[in-house]
Amino acid sequence: MIISVTKYGIMFILLILFQGLILNNIGFGGYVVPFLYVFFILVLPFETPNWMVLLLGFVLGIFVDSFTSTLGMHTSATVFMAFCRAYLLKLVEPRGGYEFNSKPNVQLMGVTWYLLYASILVFLHHIFLFYIESFKLTQFFYTFGRALSSTFFTMILILIVQLFDYKSTSKS
Amino acid sequence: MRNLIRFLSKNSFIFLFIFLLFISFVLLVQNNNYQNSKVFNSSNFLIGNLYSTVNNVNDYFNLKEVNAELAEQNARLQTTQISTFSKIYGTTVQIRDTTYAQKYIYTSAKAINNSTNQRENYITLDKGSLNGIKSGMGVVSPKGVIGTVKNVSENFCSVMSVLHEKNAVSAKIKKSGYIGSLVWELGNYRVAQLKDIPNHVKLNMGDTIITSGYSSVYPEGVAIGVVKHFDLLEGNNFFNITIEFLVDYKKLSHVFIIKSLMKEEQEELEELNDVE
Repeated sequence: MIISVTKYGIMFILLILFQGLILNNIGFGGYVVPFLYVFFILVLPFETPNWMVLLLGFVLGIFVDSFTSTLGMHTSATVFMAFCRAYLLKLVEPRGGYEFNSKPNVQLMGVTWYLLYASILVFLHHIFLFYIESFKLTQFFYTFGRALSSTFFTMILILIVQLFDYKSTSKS
Repeated sequence: MRNLIRFLSKNSFIFLFIFLLFISFVLLVQNNNYQNSKVFNSSNFLIGNLYSTVNNVNDYFNLKEVNAELAEQNARLQTTQISTFSKIYGTTVQIRDTTYAQKYIYTSAKAINNSTNQRENYITLDKGSLNGIKSGMGVVSPKGVIGTVKNVSENFCSVMSVLHEKNAVSAKIKKSGYIGSLVWELGNYRVAQLKDIPNHVKLNMGDTIITSGYSSVYPEGVAIGVVKHFDLLEGNNFFNITIEFLVDYKKLSHVFIIKSLMKEEQEELEELNDVE
């Protein structure tokens, strides 16, 4: 238990630092920005209470926001994503429920399941975030395009991170 | 009460979500100038509309007071009218002002004879040389231009109406400021032609035509009429404009004769140009 909390804590800090210090500076003309930090919400175990996911999302968002000094923007988007996660997990639940000690990753749940789970949540987060950022509907399709393409890049990064995890677990 | 608690605990997840989302929105609006301005602008817009609607409704309730106020103001203004003064002090009003040099003197008069259906129409007024009327003075009514004084007797004067083939008034389109010349042609006493307006001027139906003030017979800005119809013939440089008079020349009664105090000065100056 303590080990897993520590593991998630380290991941939490690393993801925030990676997002704040590196990924925020990557941008294709500001059009596409990958937001890898949402991986933290995705990777939380199935047993995590829903209220905890919400609170963690809130705190995560605050930290990411403090890097870009856009307090509230990532926070609201991440809280929204954490909220959606609870319902999505029910929606994509395999027959017979989630196995004990199972975690939402590619290795245990399969590529199709994971892609569906992750891309829906990431897309919901991104679309919320980009519309909050632009805060108007006049450039609807432009913003939509930004959200869509950023989702694509975030998903690529998430899959790469998953790949590291895959190797380490298969070795052990 | 128990039901309420049960309801709250059952939906605690949603309430926590709403609570956190609310907090993040508060943070968002408080800390980000762009979103802040958007939110407050739109709320200002909403509140502003609400206020104006309420104001509109309130206005109806205040109508009675406003009417009373306006009536009072009308009465006050009426007492300062030229016509009022002329009744008390005679027929001529002269305002003494040290800031502005007076340029025109108005004398009120009454039309006692009038024609509209001739080729050359004249109006007879009940003021003559005894009242200081001279040939060449302008005559206007509160609604618009009437004509120019032609012949003067001791007690009467005859006015060459605007409805006179040879009486051209220098007119101006109020909006664009272009100067043309207003000519009446036999027929309809309600309309006249405005000439010499070049074809690049932007015209609209209903544009107001006023006097230009160039001739020094009429002050600048006396209403004449509105544009009723206009067209442009192929290859023509000037518009064909029909205007409708604001004054109904069949219903003339009280008019003002205008004496221009600076007319002679202006004419003398302009004559110098001809001498050279």
